[in-house]
Amino acid sequence: MIFHLAGHPAYAYTGGRAPTAGLPTAVFIHGAQHDHSVWAMQTRYFAHHGFNVLAVDLPGHARSTQAALSEIGAMGDWLIALLDAAGVERAMLIGHSMGSLIALDTAARYPKRVSALALVATAYPMQVSDVLLDAALNREADAIDMINTWSHSTIAAKPSFPGPGFWMHGSNQRLMERIAQINPKQVLHTDFAACNAYSRGLEAAAQICCPTLFVLGRRDQMTPLRAAISLSTAIAANGVVVETALIDAGHAIMAEQPDETLDVLFTFAKEQAAKASGIAG
Amino acid sequence: MPVNRFDTLALHAGAAPDPATGARATPIYQTTSFVFRDTDHAAALFNMERAGHVYSRISNPTVAAFEERMAALEGGVGAIATASGQAALHLAIATLLGAGSHIVASAALYGGSHNLLHYTLRRFGIDTTFVAPRDLAAWRAAIRPNTRLLFGETLGNPGLDVLDIAQVAEIAHAHRVPLLVDSTFTTPWLMQPFELGADLVYHSATKFLGGHGTTIGGVVIDGGRFDFEASGRFPELTEPYDGFHGMVFSEESTVAPFLLRARREGLRDFGACLHPQAAWQLLQGIETLPLRMARHIDNTRRIVEFLVAHGAVESVAYPELPSHPDYALAQRLLPKGCGAVFSFNLKGDRSAGRQFIENLSLFSHLANVGDARSLVIHPASTTHFRMNAAALAQAGIAEGTIRLSIGLEDPDDLIDDLKRGLKAAQKTAQKTAPSAHKTPPSAPDVNPSAKPEVTP
Repeated sequence: MIFHLAGHPAYAYTGGRAPTAGLPTAVFIHGAQHDHSVWAMQTRYFAHHGFNVLAVDLPGHARSTQAALSEIGAMGDWLIALLDAAGVERAMLIGHSMGSLIALDTAARYPKRVSALALVATAYPMQVSDVLLDAALNREADAIDMINTWSHSTIAAKPSFPGPGFWMHGSNQRLMERIAQINPKQVLHTDFAACNAYSRGLEAAAQICCPTLFVLGRRDQMTPLRAAISLSTAIAANGVVVETALIDAGHAIMAEQPDETLDVLFTFAKEQAAKASGIAG
Repeated sequence: MPVNRFDTLALHAGAAPDPATGARATPIYQTTSFVFRDTDHAAALFNMERAGHVYSRISNPTVAAFEERMAALEGGVGAIATASGQAALHLAIATLLGAGSHIVASAALYGGSHNLLHYTLRRFGIDTTFVAPRDLAAWRAAIRPNTRLLFGETLGNPGLDVLDIAQVAEIAHAHRVPLLVDSTFTTPWLMQPFELGADLVYHSATKFLGGHGTTIGGVVIDGGRFDFEASGRFPELTEPYDGFHGMVFSEESTVAPFLLRARREGLRDFGACLHPQAAWQLLQGIETLPLRMARHIDNTRRIVEFLVAHGAVESVAYPELPSHPDYALAQRLLPKGCGAVFSFNLKGDRSAGRQFIENLSLFSHLANVGDARSLVIHPASTTHFRMNAAALAQAGIAEGTIRLSIGLEDPDDLIDDLKRGLKAAQKTAQKTAPSAHKTPPSAPDVNPSAKPEVTP
């Protein structure tokens, strides 16, 4: 589904089903140099099981063709504008990696718009090494190779992603290359620099007032488990529900363990939607 | 885990110890179908909301290991295994093209592929123009508004024409259509066509991938670089498909809409799937592909060197020879070798060829290539026996042309065997001399109108 924000196309995949009035909305936010398709094995199920789905292509990524945004906060503002355009008052935000920072920051600054939060493969600070930043700027193919290597914990994940017969490493590499091909203006470096520069993590965490789920990969080399502790602790200090699901996967959690990732996200979303419905009723 | 190198991927990609039993080798999942956890799980699998196996015509764990390994070795995004190489070619074409569309293909094709394009697909409204593979202007000139695919072989039949993949891909992409290549003769060990610009690759896995002459199978691999949305010429992939819940395949997968449709439509409706037992045998072959291909190439080089120097041999068509028209291109594209299948011309007529074959003992006389054992065939007395000398010449085949597929035996034994055959051929040639027959030095440009018969 294409929206138009400030004259620019803004794309959100709806899970193969048009949104229906009255259903809760789940917004899926991808990470650096990715697009909505990384959520393929979660979004379609949500859309056919009681949720409206908006799996966005962030600005500068794939079908949302405006320039990539250079700050996490600006990406959150764009997301709220998209919710406005879609007529969505409140939504659950589910973000992966850079997308988790966007979800966190948006939930902190727009608490009335966010019903629940799921931070998948998150970290704070989300520091990107100088080597990787430099490669993203000057040797993008090398940077993609590095990310592809560090994002996966196996060369034989089953049932593979997005289904049997797919080679995950190849798919991820081509997706990152495709994003660069569609928008050659240094999207990867822009994304990484935004992650690296984001300094409001703990401040944002202290403002979170909605239930929050952490979905973390036990073998994640990009955002290792320990790097999520500060956010988890800060959010829990607010007295809100904080749940954590540890999954036997690397950084590419949704691809390496599509079913388990779906199950923990959907169970959490369903519980929160039921509670919200009960409160509303 | 880092993305490993070729030899490691050949053993490990797509297969881990079996989670149910701990079996280290990939088990043969000899089952037609897979039990659903509950009704919701069943519906989710059918609607592609979850990944998994439903029915072995669509996917199977053993077959998936083969597919994922091939995709890894080729550097693609995924693969679909098929009942044969011909089924892989058909699946690729039937997924992308329909009645009223057009293919530009190299004329230097395996006879079965030529038949499919020249005769069978025309019956279904898909037209093909054949061009000499080296004639880039001909590729360009043959493209029509309804062209949807360019197609060639990495090493063409019968003269081992080397396809200039980068140049042909550039022509394809300038017209917003993909390039499909048959990489059977080269395997990913000798060449990775995606790195040169090809968009889809297929193999007759029956040949070097399986490697032991036991198993018929095929596989088509998607490189994931061709942007079907940007092309605007493939509504099959970019618009809602009524045959699968209105799915827009390019929305579901940014880089692999072709594979989604090929599996969800092609395997579902045409049904030319690979058997899990066959997939297992092919996996066994792939595990030693790097070792075998190195030996195939070493042996082939020894045999080529021997034949070039032999007095009974008029010419040898192998792209590593400076006399081959594609020598320079082969040096660039195929530095590890030009495969283990090649042709040479005997001095003399058909009878010399027959005598040569009759006096071989190690080489098996049969219609296949890519076996661990060495193979031989004499086209003029077998696959092309109905052709006269002029027609054979048009097809790039002389009366004395012999095709060899070099196996893994001790090369000295192979040379000894060839010596016996050549001696017999030489005697026959002397009896029939002087021959009016004069063959080209090597691999002539293929006449696009020539119609090879079917032989692997």
